[in-house]
Amino acid sequence: MNPFKHARNWSTKALPQKDPNFGHPLDTSHGPILYVEGVTVSFDGFKALNNLNLYVDEGELRCIIGPNGAGKTTMMDVITGKTKPDEGSVYFGQQINLLELSEHQIARGGIGRKFQKPTVFEALSVYENLELATAGDKRFWKTLTRELTGEQRDRIDEVLGTVGLAGSRSNDAGNLSHGQKQWLEIGMLLMQSPRVLLVDEPVAGMTGEETERTAELLTSLAGKHSVIVVEHDMAFVRSIARQVTVLHQGSVLAEGTMDQVQNDPKVIEVYLGE
Amino acid sequence: MLTQRLLTSDKGGMLVLGILALTCILVPILNLAVPESSPLHVSTFTVTLLGKFLCYALLALALDLIWGYAGILSLGHGAFFALGGYAMGMYLMRQIGDRGKYGDPLLPDFMVFLNWQELPWYWHGFDMFWFAALMIIVVPGLLAWVFGWLAFRSRVTGVYFAIITQALTYALMLAFFRNEMGFGGNNGLTDFKDILGFSITADSTRIGLFLASGIALMVAYLACRYIVTSRAGRVIVSIRDAESRTRFSGYQVESYKLWLFVFSAVLAGIAGALYVPQVGIINPGEFSPLNSIELVVWVATGGRGTLYGAIVGAFSVNYGKTIFTTFYPEAWLFPLGLLFVLVTLVLPKGLVGLLGRFTRRKASKASEEDTP
Repeated sequence: MNPFKHARNWSTKALPQKDPNFGHPLDTSHGPILYVEGVTVSFDGFKALNNLNLYVDEGELRCIIGPNGAGKTTMMDVITGKTKPDEGSVYFGQQINLLELSEHQIARGGIGRKFQKPTVFEALSVYENLELATAGDKRFWKTLTRELTGEQRDRIDEVLGTVGLAGSRSNDAGNLSHGQKQWLEIGMLLMQSPRVLLVDEPVAGMTGEETERTAELLTSLAGKHSVIVVEHDMAFVRSIARQVTVLHQGSVLAEGTMDQVQNDPKVIEVYLGE
Repeated sequence: MLTQRLLTSDKGGMLVLGILALTCILVPILNLAVPESSPLHVSTFTVTLLGKFLCYALLALALDLIWGYAGILSLGHGAFFALGGYAMGMYLMRQIGDRGKYGDPLLPDFMVFLNWQELPWYWHGFDMFWFAALMIIVVPGLLAWVFGWLAFRSRVTGVYFAIITQALTYALMLAFFRNEMGFGGNNGLTDFKDILGFSITADSTRIGLFLASGIALMVAYLACRYIVTSRAGRVIVSIRDAESRTRFSGYQVESYKLWLFVFSAVLAGIAGALYVPQVGIINPGEFSPLNSIELVVWVATGGRGTLYGAIVGAFSVNYGKTIFTTFYPEAWLFPLGLLFVLVTLVLPKGLVGLLGRFTRRKASKASEEDTP
């Protein structure tokens, strides 16, 4: 499937592009920032998601676990607009229906997604990668003639500090370690000041120390942003999670703290095994 | 601030610009003020030859901007060069006036020869220099805009883009060969007499054209540096390395490619316009696909993606060509092909990459000696 084709069919006039709030301030007065209700997605009869319900609060750090094929990636695809569900509704705040929006609109609107494989611009420096990801006017003539504002530069410095790359700001991104690339990419997402961050298997392939630092980073981001982490690494999930959601066969099997879900007999049966 | 951005971090570029500036000062003095008997005298032939090389270097710079930085390989950039050249040629033809062989005050000789009664509409206005100068920029730019808009919008990239640009220049060559087109058929435009009132064969005019080419090259170099060191320049490099990722970061990739391609075509057109009065002829052979391929070899030999490498490449390959064709005029294509193969295999970063390797090795040796 050509992902671009899809994006081009969406009218860019439908919503003002510059306004990250789609013209409404994000209404989270009832608590949750993300409402996923009764979502079903089927591929050729196979139900990847089956009547899934998920609520994520503002500023929350939520871990999502589940065996392969439980629907974790499909759920992320639905939230970011890559896949449209057959049934159900997905709301961002109480007003914004994400199912009506295209991928880039959702991305600009404040839901950032970090894919499993790090994709940074290797020929550019760490600083320039963040500069490229800076929100703002992205037309040719503007980027040709205008430097970043002081405010935008401060924001880059702030993000460099947050992701712990202040010391390697002028290094080529291509020379970073795997872990550093992951952090840089999280930094690139942060440049857009997202309200919700979706992070797919952030510690896969990382060393122990890198995993620890990633845990610190994600915990520090919670509060300012809502962070949803999909991960297989149980030790990692235990180290960061306050709320854990277990997915199984496209729907929520259990929800609660790590201890609660680990002692849940249903969960033990399908996933944790021992 | 700006000079720092354009020059300080660009040592190779500063060196090349310095040599160019020195050449622009010394060559006119050595040609005009030093007597011919002196061994230091630079002959007018050499001045014209160097002027030609400057135009080639400008053309190579234009190609490096899109190939080296945006990864767009154009195998038809000679077409924009030739179009700029034809626009200048038309102005020079109109300047001949009634001094042609047939003495027609309005029609160039080849039109009289073809029994044409009046000037075709597209030849009007070319008697004025400002109009010709405008067309030198507008015609290549407009063609690049239309062509690029169609190609980039349809996401034509890589080797497919290279092939259609090659087809473009070939089609233009065939078209310009036809007498009915009104551009002099296969003889092209020649027998120029003067430019802006100065005799085109006079030594001082030659020097003037040489200087114009040198200054155009230096200004174009700085303009290209301005682009590649801007934020837009970094977006362009990201497009080269990860096009779809750049798209997902919210950049409209097509528009970046299009404007860069248009700017590059305009530079090529200016190079062609400066070239024609120095060589005294423009004919459809300039559209030949071979020219565009040779151009790619210059840039590859010099080292792509550095801008100054293109200038080094254009000078060294053309100097080699001048020497070689003096002895074996027919066999030039063999060393050219060999050069391309060797550069691809042995010197992927070209001559400037080779020099860079030398200086780095020296530097690392020096630091080793410092810490025994």
